[in-house]
Amino acid sequence: MSGDPIYTEMIIEYSRNPSNFGKIEDPQIHRHDSNPLCGDSIDLYVNTDGTKITEVKFDGKGCAICMACTSVLTEMIQNKNLDEVKNFQKDELLAELGLEHLIKTSPVRIKCALLSLKALKYGIYSYFVEKMNDTEAAGNLKEEAASLY
Amino acid sequence: MQSTTSSLDTQCRSDFPVLERRVRDDKALVYLDNAATTQKPIQVIDAITDYYKNHNSNIHRAVHALAEESTEAFEATRDKVTKFLNVTNSKEIIFVKGTTEAINLVAYAWGRDNVQKGDIVVTTEYEHHSNIVPWQILTQETGAELKYIDIDENGELMLEQLDEHLATGKVKLVAVSHVSNVLGTITDVKEVITKCKNAGAKILIDGAQAVPHMKVDISDLDCDFYAFSAHKMLGPTGVGVLWARKELLEKMRPFQGGGDMIREVHKFETTYNDLPYKFEAGTPNVADVICFSAAIDYLTKIGMNNVRNHEIELTEYALEKMSKVKGLVIYGPKDTEKQGGVISFNFKDVHPHDVATIVDKNGVAIRSGHHCAQVLMEKLEVAATNRASFYIYTTKQEIDALINSLEEVAKVFKL
Repeated sequence: MSGDPIYTEMIIEYSRNPSNFGKIEDPQIHRHDSNPLCGDSIDLYVNTDGTKITEVKFDGKGCAICMACTSVLTEMIQNKNLDEVKNFQKDELLAELGLEHLIKTSPVRIKCALLSLKALKYGIYSYFVEKMNDTEAAGNLKEEAASLY
Repeated sequence: MQSTTSSLDTQCRSDFPVLERRVRDDKALVYLDNAATTQKPIQVIDAITDYYKNHNSNIHRAVHALAEESTEAFEATRDKVTKFLNVTNSKEIIFVKGTTEAINLVAYAWGRDNVQKGDIVVTTEYEHHSNIVPWQILTQETGAELKYIDIDENGELMLEQLDEHLATGKVKLVAVSHVSNVLGTITDVKEVITKCKNAGAKILIDGAQAVPHMKVDISDLDCDFYAFSAHKMLGPTGVGVLWARKELLEKMRPFQGGGDMIREVHKFETTYNDLPYKFEAGTPNVADVICFSAAIDYLTKIGMNNVRNHEIELTEYALEKMSKVKGLVIYGPKDTEKQGGVISFNFKDVHPHDVATIVDKNGVAIRSGHHCAQVLMEKLEVAATNRASFYIYTTKQEIDALINSLEEVAKVFKL
């Protein structure tokens, strides 16, 4: 194998032992999403007290990249303010796993890496719009989620 | 050491310019995704250039020289397909854009008049979505029932289930693939056709993975509908063939309305054109149909039995080597008597897309995903599989390259 590394020790390790893997019963935010191309399929569960994320879990099936990125995302947003999470950028997530190069090198695999972030942004959008009736707070999260990849 | 059949790759490889490509940091391309589409020989590429350079014109209408040449070349392909499939009547050959459109044509133009509430349509667990979804739509619309023939642990159809379905006396159509695009399983179509005939059910064969790889003799098969695509047999994309019995085609309503499929059009009524034009509305894919001729010539020259023998040899070689890779699970018959040049596999605990990415970095192109066969994926209890598929130009060295990459996967994932 040559070129930019994808299958680093860290990614293999996360894919084998994902963080925050499991389900939250009756969560404030629940979003299911999948990539038809490779069959990555995850459910993201988030609880919030209205200002910050209090609990986050995910379950599902996916490739090593998807599992690792979702794990890292759940770690990164734990206890963060919703405002911060709303502004969370894909580069931050990719950098954490050394996968920034995927944006250029693999338009196919970038979807695996960003599936969970897409689910998160959609999830928060629905939370604001449907649960809080606050379209202003939701901002352009929906458009952002749709244009992630 | 090389036998006569394995010299097939040496004999034809230089005709395929793309096989000289280097990819991913200058690695030699190893193209093992032939079940998705095959590469094109220079003869086919030249034919399309020649058509646009020298003959381009619409067909069947104008009387000028170019129109005559194009029409003649277009109809010559129809005759060539007729001969290639050992069909007796060229009017039974309908050009469509691919196998998918051919099956949808049958579901629409035959299905809507012949399948009613209470009837049964039978398909199988190893069908491509194109041989499932049209029947779901048809049965949902008509109130008919869709039934499946399941597969056993070897990836072969449990034909006793077909007997059970047929015994109800309600089966109007059985739709089955000749060769599974995922498992490579070769269906005993003769047996299926006999059973259907005895029960008075019509039988459609999806031959997308069969016609490119083995001798298919439609007169001998004696089915009712047969569909396949040109691009999986060295030809261009956007061309497929539906063969159907003349008696059925004559009774069927048109699939689409428009130019070429009509005889006379008045304000409120239309008389339809003769076969096969009744089913070829609009300007067809003239250029690609014409250059499909070159693909048929190429395969005819090689001989379909030689194509099949070459693939048997490669598949045997690959199965033997793959069985030694740590953590690798192979699906399907694993018996070249019953299997085409397609091998589906997974590593325990490694997602197929991770496998495909690692082998792709070495220049090896395999397919990973559900292969448009999600019903089968459910049966195998996997989200996806990896698939390597071979063709006339595939060499044993390329299979070695695949094996090396697979060993690398096992190493990276510490299997």
